[in-house]
Amino acid sequence: MQNDEIIRKINQLLIDDIEIDKALISPAADLKKDLGIDSLDFVDLFVIIDNNFGFKMKAEEMVDVRTLNDFYTYIIKRINPIQK
Amino acid sequence: MHRVVITGMGIYSVIGKNLAEVRESLYQGKSGIIYDSHRKELGFRSALTGMVERPQLKGALDRRMRVGLPVQGEYAYVSTLEALKNAGIDQAFIDHHEVGILFGNDSSAVPVVESVDILRNKKDTMMIGSGYIFQSMNSTVSMNLSVIFRLKGVNFTISGACASGSHAIGVGYLMIRQGLQDIIICGGAQEINAESTASFDALNAFSIRESEPTKASRPFDRDRDGLVPSGGAATVILESYESAVKRGAPIFGEIIGYGFSSNGEHISMPNVEGPVKAMQKALSDAGIKSGEVDYINAHATSTPAGDSNEAKSIEAVFGSSRPMVSSTKSMTGHEMWMGGASEVVYSALMMNHSFIAPNINLENTDESTALLNIITKTTPAEIRTFLSNSFGFGGTNSSLIVRKL
Repeated sequence: MQNDEIIRKINQLLIDDIEIDKALISPAADLKKDLGIDSLDFVDLFVIIDNNFGFKMKAEEMVDVRTLNDFYTYIIKRINPIQK
Repeated sequence: MHRVVITGMGIYSVIGKNLAEVRESLYQGKSGIIYDSHRKELGFRSALTGMVERPQLKGALDRRMRVGLPVQGEYAYVSTLEALKNAGIDQAFIDHHEVGILFGNDSSAVPVVESVDILRNKKDTMMIGSGYIFQSMNSTVSMNLSVIFRLKGVNFTISGACASGSHAIGVGYLMIRQGLQDIIICGGAQEINAESTASFDALNAFSIRESEPTKASRPFDRDRDGLVPSGGAATVILESYESAVKRGAPIFGEIIGYGFSSNGEHISMPNVEGPVKAMQKALSDAGIKSGEVDYINAHATSTPAGDSNEAKSIEAVFGSSRPMVSSTKSMTGHEMWMGGASEVVYSALMMNHSFIAPNINLENTDESTALLNIITKTTPAEIRTFLSNSFGFGGTNSSLIVRKL
């Protein structure tokens, strides 16, 4: 899967499943402060990512994920691990 | 001691999704019972059930509020919204006053089944998601509504089997009477689904009159063959009289008596003595004589033993005064955890609109039910005082008495 396709899919999942306002979606957006994703939403993101990308996120790998761009990067690395 | 009044009511039931619809259904004697073929496919003995469509709350509640809300919580949100509105209580008022919640609920089967199915399938608790824990607890209704409405007062659930909703109102009444709270949202909620009723169906307790769904629930009738499960939610806003007057709130009735008892016998077989004690305690609490009760909304679920024993109980307490009696379960089916609250709403609607709703499907009485003055046709009547009975498994009994102001 191409990176831009992954990003589009993540954005759509956030809009459809977590009901994030489309207008708030931007790479620099802070997941908690700007998008309002709380600890319970993260629990649901574990399920959503597994169902849609076929892998399990690990809580310990999410420690440094602050922005939406960090999240894109994390997901892309898990899907396409050979990319830098 | 404070007087306790009802200043708001709301209902989401199989005979109507708001007070106006329900009042009309009660007046018309309309049944909300259907045949649910899905239950037959699952192996149910009886496919009969009350049915109401699920509220659509997307757009009304944000995702976080909806994720933890099971279907009976959705019903209860809608009934509570209506009750608060007609009580004249908005969010700004709640934000500046201590408002509590006491709801009757005694199961939440579907979230339990679904979350365990996911676990067994995925072998990973992380795949269950965040909502099921809040949906699956018995306290799910009070838990969710207290967050949605930002309540700051008393907050817990009463699980008393099929008397849950009645006990919730009774405990709310006691708390306000003692001066512990000024306003409490009370009610009862009952999920409608096969999962929650399968083990009840296994007891052979449900009517199998599947060829005539609307005639299956026939409390007090000689040919009754069991109850019909049902559900929804009902809310009453209980408030101290002083607070209600100060706010200029509408008053739908005053709760003047709450009586309770436990049979201390069989887990599912009702008796006569327990209900007699609950009704006598309610009369004593209210400080009235049995002859002052104009109408009794009976618990009568359409089971052979239950209706017979309740008839004997009512006759023992009320004897020659022969108050008018009907069981609204003839139309709604048995709303279980919700029933004690909804039947206060149904009776208060009758009291405020001067009629008695019919006990439909009563064609022939038997030896015990003939003891009562059962109303089978919609009857114009001035109800000054009514009593509402609710009984449940384990022999829990609750009687509430409400008076017109």
